[in-house]
Amino acid sequence: MNQLSRRKLITTALGATAGVSGIAVAARLAGRNGLTPPAWHGIFGPGDTVTYSAQRLMTRHTMARPFSREQISKTPFANEIAPPTGEFNRLQAGGFADWRLVIDGMVARPASLSLADIRSYPSRTQITQLVCEEGWSYVAEWIGVPLRNVLEAVGVLPQAKYVFYQSIEKGWAASIDMADALHPQTFLAYGMNGGELPVGFGGPLRMRVPRQLGYKNVKFINRLTVTDSGPASVPPGGYSWYAGI
Amino acid sequence: MADSVAPRHTTTVRVTHWVATLCFFALLLSGIEILISHPRFYWGEEGNIHVKPLLTLPIPASRATVPTGYGYVLPDQNGWSRSLHFEAAWAVVLSGLFYVLAGLSDGHFRKNLVPARADLSGRALSESFADHVRFRRPGEAAAASYNVLQRFAYLAVVFVLFPLTVWTGLAMSPAIVSIAPSVVTLLGGHQSARTVHFFCTILLVLFVLVHIGMVWLSGFGNRTRAMITGHVAEQRVVTQGEHP
Repeated sequence: MNQLSRRKLITTALGATAGVSGIAVAARLAGRNGLTPPAWHGIFGPGDTVTYSAQRLMTRHTMARPFSREQISKTPFANEIAPPTGEFNRLQAGGFADWRLVIDGMVARPASLSLADIRSYPSRTQITQLVCEEGWSYVAEWIGVPLRNVLEAVGVLPQAKYVFYQSIEKGWAASIDMADALHPQTFLAYGMNGGELPVGFGGPLRMRVPRQLGYKNVKFINRLTVTDSGPASVPPGGYSWYAGI
Repeated sequence: MADSVAPRHTTTVRVTHWVATLCFFALLLSGIEILISHPRFYWGEEGNIHVKPLLTLPIPASRATVPTGYGYVLPDQNGWSRSLHFEAAWAVVLSGLFYVLAGLSDGHFRKNLVPARADLSGRALSESFADHVRFRRPGEAAAASYNVLQRFAYLAVVFVLFPLTVWTGLAMSPAIVSIAPSVVTLLGGHQSARTVHFFCTILLVLFVLVHIGMVWLSGFGNRTRAMITGHVAEQRVVTQGEHP
């Protein structure tokens, strides 16, 4: 081995050590500042983490792209899912009068809200695009109450970090961090395009998170749980927990 | 002196070349997986099975909701495909940025990629073009630098096609466009971005096929060796006095 390649070897080794320790320090700092996703799978951890940290740093307060009323899709796509279960059908037959949204976990006043209770909050609208990870999209007007207002009413404890939400349909659930949960465009949506939210589109109650993909916009939600720890694993099917891209 | 001969390709070019190669195939494979969940393309903001497509690929889909004319549905592999796609995207974008910064500072673009003025005459261009269509194999001396058409192809990929692919990819992110809506509105909408992203992929695949064909034609072993070790075989024999 000659002089030059020995020097090269030492430089490379020093560079690699600096790089690895730099990454370790960055990972610690990111973790301490809530910039690491709570769950990822295996070899995709680095990619998921860099995407989440970069987007979280840049989008904490940004607003989902607004659309004009003329841009509302004439033919939105409901994306057929498995037919609702017996319990859903029973509630639907009763005009959803017995539908309840249970709110528990790290809140000062756990609650069980009827649709009338939810509608008693000042309603808000947004005209935004729903984008599915499969590639399709549509624009619609969404009517509902910002999740933030409901969370403020039940009193979220200061240590809370995530909000889990669950569908009445088995297996459909998701969670978001507090930055998204408290974002003014994150809605508990009960209306669409000037009317009731159709069952196909998640009626009577759907989570609307316009800065994330469709699969975070869970339909038929009946339970919110506020926690200080993220999900134990990535969503079924190996989809990224964070869906901003 | 063993190291007095300048390498055919610098370490930066060699490392970023192979990082890009690995990422390209990861992105292509995962991109195809994601694409088959909705093999239809649209223009503007809106696109779903109720909207008339601009283009439909004659392939089956991995979603039962998409009408394809096939009687079966492919398995859904989008979960890991999406994660692989974005991880490889980060790797190729970061190594690409490093390549561009290094190329600007060490003169790689000026010396090796920007065509010489003499090569831009109509006559020089048509000669180079004629060499290519006749599949004329360059000598080792000619292969020691890039020819004029090759330079244009590399410049187009590095400075037009690759950035456009990254841009149209980012334009599909609902979080990214919340920072700057013009990222997607300049392209004509979410579906336009997706369509352009697809055509960028087609062009990149064509480039890679032609690139491999040209490498094959000009001596696969030597060209590949130069991109791995930095040197072609003859140079090693001459300069290091090793036995062949």
